[in-house]
Amino acid sequence: MRLIVNGKQHTYHGSPAKRLSDVLRDDLGLTGTKVGCNAGDCGACTVMMNGRQVCSCLTPVGQAAGQPVVTVEGLKAHGSLSRLQRAFLKHGAAQCGICTPGMLMAATDLLAETARPSEQQVMDAIGGVLCRCTGYRKIVEAVLDATRTPDLPPQPRLGGAVGARSMKVDGQAKVEGTEKYGADYIPADALWLRVIRSPHARATFTLGDFSGVIGKYGLERVFTAADVPRNGFAIFEAKDQPVLADGLVRYKGEAVVALVGPREVVEAVRPDELPITYAPEEPVSGVIAAAAPDARLVQADKPGNVLIRGNVTKGDVELGFAQAAAVVEGQFRTSFVEHAYIEPEAGWAIRVGDRIEIHASTQAPYMDRDEVASVMQLPPDRVRIVPTACGGGFGGKLDVSVQPLIALAAWNLHRPVACVYTRPESMASSTKRHPARIKAKFGAAQDGKLVAVETHADFDTGAYASWGPTVANRVPVHASGPYLVPHVKNRSCALFTNAPPAGAFRGFGVPQAAIAHETLMDDLAERLKIDRLEIRHRNALRAGDLTATSHRLEHSAGLAACIDALRPQWQALKAEAEAFNARRKGVRRGVGIGCMWYGLGNTSISNPSTMRVALRADGRVFFYNGAVDIGQGSNTIFVQILADALGVTMDRIDYVMGDTDRTLDAGKTSASRQTFVSGKAVELAARDLRGQILRLANAGDNATLKFEAGALSVEDGGVVRRVDLAALPRLSDDGDVLLGEGRFDPPTTMLDENGQGVPYATYGFAAQMALVEVDTELGTVKVQKIIAAHDVGKAVNPVQVEGQIHGGIAQGLGLALMEEYLPGRTENLHDYLIPTVGDVPEIEVLMIEDAEPLGPFGAKGVGEPGLVATAPAILGAIRHATGVRVTEVPVLPHRLHAALKNLPQAAE
Amino acid sequence: MASYVRPTSLDEALDHLSAASINAAGPVILAGGTDFYPARVGRALDEDVLDVTGIPDLRGIRETEDGWRLGATTTWSEIAHADLPPVFDALRRAARLIGGVQIQNAGTLAGNLCNASPAADSVPPLLAMRAKVEIHGRAGRRELPLGEFITGNRRTVLKPGELVAAVLVPRPKKDAQSVFLKLGAREYLVISIAMVAVVLETEGNVVSAASVAVGACSAVAQRLPYLESELIGRRLNAALANRVKPEHFDMLAPIDDIRASAAYRREAAIVLVRRALTALGKQKGN
Repeated sequence: MRLIVNGKQHTYHGSPAKRLSDVLRDDLGLTGTKVGCNAGDCGACTVMMNGRQVCSCLTPVGQAAGQPVVTVEGLKAHGSLSRLQRAFLKHGAAQCGICTPGMLMAATDLLAETARPSEQQVMDAIGGVLCRCTGYRKIVEAVLDATRTPDLPPQPRLGGAVGARSMKVDGQAKVEGTEKYGADYIPADALWLRVIRSPHARATFTLGDFSGVIGKYGLERVFTAADVPRNGFAIFEAKDQPVLADGLVRYKGEAVVALVGPREVVEAVRPDELPITYAPEEPVSGVIAAAAPDARLVQADKPGNVLIRGNVTKGDVELGFAQAAAVVEGQFRTSFVEHAYIEPEAGWAIRVGDRIEIHASTQAPYMDRDEVASVMQLPPDRVRIVPTACGGGFGGKLDVSVQPLIALAAWNLHRPVACVYTRPESMASSTKRHPARIKAKFGAAQDGKLVAVETHADFDTGAYASWGPTVANRVPVHASGPYLVPHVKNRSCALFTNAPPAGAFRGFGVPQAAIAHETLMDDLAERLKIDRLEIRHRNALRAGDLTATSHRLEHSAGLAACIDALRPQWQALKAEAEAFNARRKGVRRGVGIGCMWYGLGNTSISNPSTMRVALRADGRVFFYNGAVDIGQGSNTIFVQILADALGVTMDRIDYVMGDTDRTLDAGKTSASRQTFVSGKAVELAARDLRGQILRLANAGDNATLKFEAGALSVEDGGVVRRVDLAALPRLSDDGDVLLGEGRFDPPTTMLDENGQGVPYATYGFAAQMALVEVDTELGTVKVQKIIAAHDVGKAVNPVQVEGQIHGGIAQGLGLALMEEYLPGRTENLHDYLIPTVGDVPEIEVLMIEDAEPLGPFGAKGVGEPGLVATAPAILGAIRHATGVRVTEVPVLPHRLHAALKNLPQAAE
Repeated sequence: MASYVRPTSLDEALDHLSAASINAAGPVILAGGTDFYPARVGRALDEDVLDVTGIPDLRGIRETEDGWRLGATTTWSEIAHADLPPVFDALRRAARLIGGVQIQNAGTLAGNLCNASPAADSVPPLLAMRAKVEIHGRAGRRELPLGEFITGNRRTVLKPGELVAAVLVPRPKKDAQSVFLKLGAREYLVISIAMVAVVLETEGNVVSAASVAVGACSAVAQRLPYLESELIGRRLNAALANRVKPEHFDMLAPIDDIRASAAYRREAAIVLVRRALTALGKQKGN
């Protein structure tokens, strides 16, 4: 069969029924085309065939015979980026980049037909491609801009990198399709590992003799629990999750055995032929069942199904409520939420002598190293983690997935072994956002000032601990909101159930808690007849205030400034909505506001980052970057910080990311900590290196560094001193001659038995407002605008700050309106809905820069705040529009419709 | 080793289908692949396949004496972009709402019918147009009204050895207009919670024929005959929607599922039908 791909002829001999996507990737080596679902639900695999966009995962290669096919690799013209690719770079339209090839191809289809498309035409054209990172707005901007000739932004001048709208340093590979993700560049001789998973939420099982199946199919080996040296992993000490279940499965989708063999062999095996005999048991479902006195235990040694309880108590809430002029209460409920990164878990491992090397998509290379070492019972220095690019994480790739399995198989078989999860497998087995049931009570004085807050949050942590302890500890700190409250009693409890493990997901429980505290702030505003924005402004935590944990904020508490920034539009949009409602029937508009705060970094646990920066004999700067960029942009942020702290331009800097053999531990990419914590370590490393250079040149702090072939000139006060780099002793085979190192661990304290202390060194703050339109006959909600004011300390790269806020808003919108993971029922991307390009409204970002002295150049983190404030703003807007006080998310149309019918008097 | 056959004529396809169907279930018929591959995620592709997209006779839209013949493998994009009279507006709208553009470029008319999902977006418009399905087998050719072709959730009357060659749409007797409304929980790529299609024929601004079909509210999309007879003889204007009564929807059997409750679906169907009639009334008014 003759294929014509990107103008080149290829001959293909395999099955004509094979998916075109698989032929492109496996047979032709064109891995720029990504596979996110194999079901036409995500569009990542979009290519052009015969001049039209199609999902290559739904196209039998037999239909492509003789037809011109264009993939992302074919977009460059005469070796340079196309206008569309340049526009993507300029606008920051690629974050993790996994959807980028699909987006580019869908947009290419449009631009070939329509020279000057409207925004609506752009959305229609790319509506079939899902993106989980960007919130789509920058993609739409980029496609519209591509019809002009977009100029790439110039390289920031010397000393001007921090604050510049600079392009991503790893952006070009993402728009060219050459970026390497977990499933790309797997060695041709790798064996494949397929995990057989439990079809039951709870069952005991026995394994029979696998030799028949091994012989029949030609499998290399079947791994079971008995083969795992230490069969338990987890972030926390308990290590309660087996790599392969040992006679008992605790959730549907849990790993039972691992088949290894050639790819087509493991894929051909029918699970019903395997000698696994299950005896299903009644599962424990939901926290109410888990907490019942007679509940069966999910883990035998966890009485009451309790994983952990959290507590923050300050003052005396009884006293506080007694002083209150108004006391409001509520009960709130949220669902499991799926990360839905477009890149399913993937990677490959190889044994190199007595070491094991793992190339996989991850958010936490050093934790992966230690986890694999523990499972394999090897010293950590015999495990090497080489992170691939990460096609979206959002907390879901903090836990190991494929890593221990491929390590086990590659170690034992002395062959490279790869594993790529299918979409349903990813969704069934990976961690989720914790479903919460929250009871909350807020009391305020007549002037609206809070006097007491009491909350209790029960979290469904699923079958294993994962990051449940983090959620249970973080939520009580944040549950009274970003407000000054004298009397606080916040409690939490994480309970085991027979559901997928709930773990880390952008916000660690705080988005759930924010729904409760913001609804009650609206209740208080209503009760006390104070404007909803005003009551928040009066209560906003400010520098000098004590938090719920009695942490006195010294600096960078910009919530009041964020609220002030919203004020003009708050008044204007409220008036517009009311005018609209006065003249229209059947649709109502409303405006809502949500405020948030978020402690950056681990809760009361040391979380240092160490970074190294070398100057090489050839005059290049080499950055040993131990932190993983999961699309949020840390590679670029760090290079910007490094450039200004060292005194060079960004183009002089090369780097390696996350390779545990070549970098030092910079912690995990979570808790919005990389800019703040690792960024500070980069700044310190760069300043250390600069100090060494200046000492060599005997120059002062204000000296300027200039590079010429092989030599460095240091100019200070008109005096130029030349440093012959080639003459310096080599510190490494790579040519490093000077090495700077920086370490930063944000100063925190342990919390006492009342949860009092300094859990975080600093906090992000935000206030967001939403304008929505509700179809009151159908109960559907259309978010029309979001205005997001964020205190970011300092925006190191405003494009990326906007990108993080946009992406967080899209996920917050999903949490509010459509995302509900039901184990066993929504394990694909058409039953589990995430926002599409048509669902994310216009977003206006207002940046408040209340500098944090601890952070690099004053910067804080911004990864999670955008998500946290979004659902409360949308729910407030729905309430303003209709009078429905929403206490359960997602507000699916049928739920809002039912609530509208239950209103005391109809909204109209 | 599974076979993959891609014939270039209908006879060749039928020969292959009947030969292969003698002993076994026969090959899976594949057209756009938009239902075939999603049903086989993570599974080996080990079935025999008959790919019908290489048969020119099965593709394209042709006007006939009685109406239009829509080839089985005509894609949604082709339908959306075809030059067709207003009776097709509902179908053309549905065509733009099936998946994303990628799906519309590959997915086919007959594929959507043979897959027989209760939420198939093309079924209400085609039911409302009183479309027939043209089926070919070794025994010859037969035509069936679409309402008799789909018999249940994922069930049709298609027998082994048969395939759908075309969908036949009769020419309306009078001026006809149509509208399609779809309800889902997000903007693009969404499986319908409910959808409705209405076709009205009018003579001098009076409704002479009406068909109203509702999808995703029963195992198979349904027409609403009581409502249809209520509409006939009425003036087509904005007030026509007032003729809609909840009891007209009693024949629907919506279910509770992850997307919506049964009660909601029923009410949403009523709202959508009213809106569809209002939209047609306004169109006519202009």
